[in-house]
Amino acid sequence: MKHAVISADESAGGMFRKWPFFQRLLSWTKPYAPFEQGTREYERYDWNSLLPEEQDCRALMCKMMDGTSYYPSRPEMQRNLEAFAARTGVAVRYRCRWTGTRRDGDRWVLETSDGEYRCQVPIFAVGVAEPWRPQIPGIEDVPHYAETRPAETYAGRRVFIVGKENSGFELATGFLQWARQIVLASPSPAKLSINTRSLVGVRARYVQPYEDHVLAGGVIVLDASIERVERTGETFRVHTRKADSAAELVFEVEDVIAATGFTSPILDLPKLGVATVGRNKLPAQTPYWESASVPGVYFGGTIHQASPGLRKHGMPSNSGGVNGHRYNGRILAREVARKHFGIDPERPVVSRAEIVSYLLGEVTNAPELWHQKSYLARVLRRDPERGIVDDGILPLQSFLDSGPADAVAATLEENPAGDIYPVLYTRRGGVSAEYDLPPHPLHDFRTRVHQKGVVEALAGLLL
Amino acid sequence: MRSAPDDITETLATLAIFADLTRPELEKVAHSLEERYFAQDERVLREGLSGSSFYIILEGEAELAARGKRLGTLGRGDFFGEISVLLGEPPVADVIAARPLRCLVVPGDLLREFLQTHPRVCYRLLVAEARKLANVTRRGA
Repeated sequence: MKHAVISADESAGGMFRKWPFFQRLLSWTKPYAPFEQGTREYERYDWNSLLPEEQDCRALMCKMMDGTSYYPSRPEMQRNLEAFAARTGVAVRYRCRWTGTRRDGDRWVLETSDGEYRCQVPIFAVGVAEPWRPQIPGIEDVPHYAETRPAETYAGRRVFIVGKENSGFELATGFLQWARQIVLASPSPAKLSINTRSLVGVRARYVQPYEDHVLAGGVIVLDASIERVERTGETFRVHTRKADSAAELVFEVEDVIAATGFTSPILDLPKLGVATVGRNKLPAQTPYWESASVPGVYFGGTIHQASPGLRKHGMPSNSGGVNGHRYNGRILAREVARKHFGIDPERPVVSRAEIVSYLLGEVTNAPELWHQKSYLARVLRRDPERGIVDDGILPLQSFLDSGPADAVAATLEENPAGDIYPVLYTRRGGVSAEYDLPPHPLHDFRTRVHQKGVVEALAGLLL
Repeated sequence: MRSAPDDITETLATLAIFADLTRPELEKVAHSLEERYFAQDERVLREGLSGSSFYIILEGEAELAARGKRLGTLGRGDFFGEISVLLGEPPVADVIAARPLRCLVVPGDLLREFLQTHPRVCYRLLVAEARKLANVTRRGA
């Protein structure tokens, strides 16, 4: 497909040119893993490399890391993205800022600092990195996370951080050896990723301030609504109210930082009818990342977190991170090619004899399924002329709501007890059914028991 | 309807199920639960599919259907999914967005904790369930 990529940045790297503030990512890359670098299976252990067609451009992240941590530093991640853009020859027009959008017949017109672009399909991959503040009186006068000063300038000062998600705990971690007192506050309790068993919640790397709090070491982690922030000369007074007792607590501090998250700079899209959702007002999307209210407008990258899928058992997708949305992006490209340009992707035939081992191999090793549990699925479909065809990796929700061809979707899911297990969704004569296969202590589902489960689910359907 | 409300707490304050909560409690609820948007005709709850959630309608309209038969319509302030979650069984009906729909979502495994943390919401939910049961009994009589 003919396409153009424009970016307001000076070069590749996106938000990693600035953040995270304390210079190391939360997504890991393991240079040494059970599979060789550059293989598809290895992607499960490398959350940060992008996915090129070219073999020699795969697993670039691990080639940039210096071995001091399995979390890449911010400059290493920036170099990873720069190297990807340079080696794959992705053509990007940099320093070209999108400034407005309008319709012109069947085309979209993107107004930019560099003139107008016309296209059949716009895909907005503008990130979720624009500072966002909730409606709290006085909060507009305090710096956002994005405006945090160097850590040493907080030496001996009392710091009040509004927000108890990763960005708040990241700052608190960086201030531990500098600040006189640290308070983290927001209305609801902090969630920890090791409890939610997902990327929702404070990651283990930033739990140190929480331990300080529970050991009464001086850090305060408070569940309270922030009623207002007042500037009083050189200090701030922060008025809070506890949710459980409604008691008021007032803090006098030298610094307040709004670690209240980010939104997406979608400019005039809401005026064109693009519906938004959630506190951060991200664009609401279909399972194929199309605007839920304006057909033909698509989104890419971290904005995909606003297309949450089924959220079975409450489990979110990993679309807010590179490890998740890099697979969505591949599917999105195929879908746009099919739907808008009439380019049907290749669908190889799978012999009946191979179906069982193929599906069990996928649920054991497919990185798409491991990174996007109960969100993406491997789909096999009965084609009246060709037999059983591989429809590729697709959003599970789209499979469940499409049809009527006889088909199966294989995915991985996790229940509240923490068991990870394969699930097969079958569609037989338009009727859907769900088959849970048992978990395995080593997550290797290529066992006799699992083979039997697949055969039972697919008997008379694809077998 | 297009744009997410600036302050979801204000929306919650006007719904019967949250009528007894204080402002800080409402903020806590608004802060801890996820808002979802469903396009018209999108399925929200799927008959027979495990692992669902509890939904409270903030805006819009949903249709209840089982085995192709339309059972009723739900609107602002109504909720659904609780029977499936409380019984630990897949839903017995589909819920489909009849118009663009905004809901607040409590993941299934968190509903018990949510209701125990907010007993006054639990009471309101019980009253609503009793009303539904009374209506069904009346229709059957």
